[in-house]
Amino acid sequence: MPEARPTWWPALGLVLLYAGLVLLPYVLSYSQKEIAVFLVINVLLVVSYRLLTLTGEWSLAHVVIMGVGAYGSALLSKRLGVPVPLSMLLGAGTAALVAYILSFPLLRMKGFYFLIGSFAAGEIVRLLWKRFREPFGGPKGLKLIPEFPEIDIGPLYVDFFEPQNYYYFCLIVVSLSIWVMYRLERSPIGLTFHAVHWQDKLAEAVGVDTRKYRTLAFVVASFFAGLSGALLAHYVGTINPNRFNVEEMVFVLTWAIVGGTATVYGPILGAVVLTAINEVILRELGFEQMRPLLYGAILIASVMFLPQGLESLVPKISRLFTGGKAAKGGAAEPAD
Amino acid sequence: MYEFLFQTVLNALYAASYMALVAVGLVLIFGVMGIINFAHGELYMLGAYAVVGVYADWEYPYFLAVAVGLVFTGLVGIGMERGLFRPMRDNPLGGLVVSIGFLLILQALAVLGFGVRMEFIPPPTQAVIEVFGSDGAVLPLQRLYVILATILLLAALWWFLRRTRFGWALRACAQDPEAAALQGISINQTARIAMFIGAALAGVAGALTAPLVRTYPYMGHSVIVTAFIIIIVGGVGSLEGAVVAAVLYAFVHTFVTTFYDGVIADIVGLLLMLLVLIVRPTGLFGTKERA
Repeated sequence: MPEARPTWWPALGLVLLYAGLVLLPYVLSYSQKEIAVFLVINVLLVVSYRLLTLTGEWSLAHVVIMGVGAYGSALLSKRLGVPVPLSMLLGAGTAALVAYILSFPLLRMKGFYFLIGSFAAGEIVRLLWKRFREPFGGPKGLKLIPEFPEIDIGPLYVDFFEPQNYYYFCLIVVSLSIWVMYRLERSPIGLTFHAVHWQDKLAEAVGVDTRKYRTLAFVVASFFAGLSGALLAHYVGTINPNRFNVEEMVFVLTWAIVGGTATVYGPILGAVVLTAINEVILRELGFEQMRPLLYGAILIASVMFLPQGLESLVPKISRLFTGGKAAKGGAAEPAD
Repeated sequence: MYEFLFQTVLNALYAASYMALVAVGLVLIFGVMGIINFAHGELYMLGAYAVVGVYADWEYPYFLAVAVGLVFTGLVGIGMERGLFRPMRDNPLGGLVVSIGFLLILQALAVLGFGVRMEFIPPPTQAVIEVFGSDGAVLPLQRLYVILATILLLAALWWFLRRTRFGWALRACAQDPEAAALQGISINQTARIAMFIGAALAGVAGALTAPLVRTYPYMGHSVIVTAFIIIIVGGVGSLEGAVVAAVLYAFVHTFVTTFYDGVIADIVGLLLMLLVLIVRPTGLFGTKERA
């Protein structure tokens, strides 16, 4: 390929991106910083959701799984006094464990049946939180969840109650998580995920245990969803069953569909663009209540007019800048 | 004790009635178009708000309001078919996603038009039928309306599907759209009729139950969950299955609610659905899947 892009371009892009992300809080107001924290947490949620969709299953339980991580970490730290960083990992582990248990009934199903089955399973978990005041706190949920401990070593003092510090903390955790998921997808395991999605009969014929890989994708995705829930719980300090209801799930679905799920950056793009639209247009102009209206319209419009998602625009735009000679970027896109 | 049991049976019959109306409409739409309409609960909500607008606010007679609700939601259904589901034909995931999008829009419009508060609807009738004397079981007349209307509408639907040319065309499309098209049946026309009937059934269920339930913009949520449980248990695509499953689910749910509590009843219902999905995904009456 003549005039190929230098190989250091993506690395440079990443450095610039992170420089921007590190500097971002300095141009934001206090409430915007808080939104940035939620956005980073949501990015982890939607990227983990994409990992799940790699094997072809669209779950409606993902936000509830996030809630399992949140409840798990909150209960461990509040009731049993587990230190918060550890409880976050254990909460994520709880989410993975619950997903593993749920995978036995759910992964017997496919397509529409999986969708409905996952919805039922998630709703059952949510109703259990609602029903059992002990230990889940009932409809009002859990309050006074311990916050992330401050770091106080000599000259270094970091208070994570401050949104800017928690933003940096989340940025590090989320970046590491996304990197792990990205490496997983590029590994032979990840390639098998694609095979299980697009050519499940063929994959089975060559000896791939498709059920095992679908379980693996489900459990790993749930671990990171649980981690995002734990990050959320210790920041806001209070969680309740409604925080993880199906409406929130629809927002995650919207981010994934509007952004596209063929690449890692697709869902991130979806979450960032829709959150920006939400915060800038709706909140600034005072139409906060019309968020569902906007999301509904965007969801319909994107399925009808941009079925490949926002990510499909990225190669087109980069071609504009490089005079139509740039190679097609993004992850390998398997043919249907 | 017998009065109490009989009372619970009456309550279950009433619940089964409106659930059957909603679920049958959902099955009809799925059968003809292969799309699961997530916005079906919001069509029910529209029917209820037709009663709020026409009967409670403008003070026209109640049954006129029910008729308006039926026609209005039916027309919304036709609009959905043309604008949303026709471009999404042969794309079940796309159809599902646009119906989720439409659900959000309908909810937001209801909030915009009426506010998030619960609506007060003056009861059209206070009459109560007493069974077993004055301290026996009671059946409010409004609930009897729902039961009677359901029987009437389902009988009319049965007659329409089995005895009219449109009905035959509709069933032919549900069985094999291509073969139906080859016989000169217009798929679009059939889809439009199915969507009108399906949406109108949800709307009339909403209109009839509006004075009995809490009417607010998010009321469709629990309705759609119930409808999903019913169509999965009955077998996706089976109208008879939907009716039988509606009765079964209503009895289970009502009895568990009466003897334990509502949340436990919801959990039991969802477990029932999961059990059917695991053991017999085609449901009680399903023969083949179309998804």
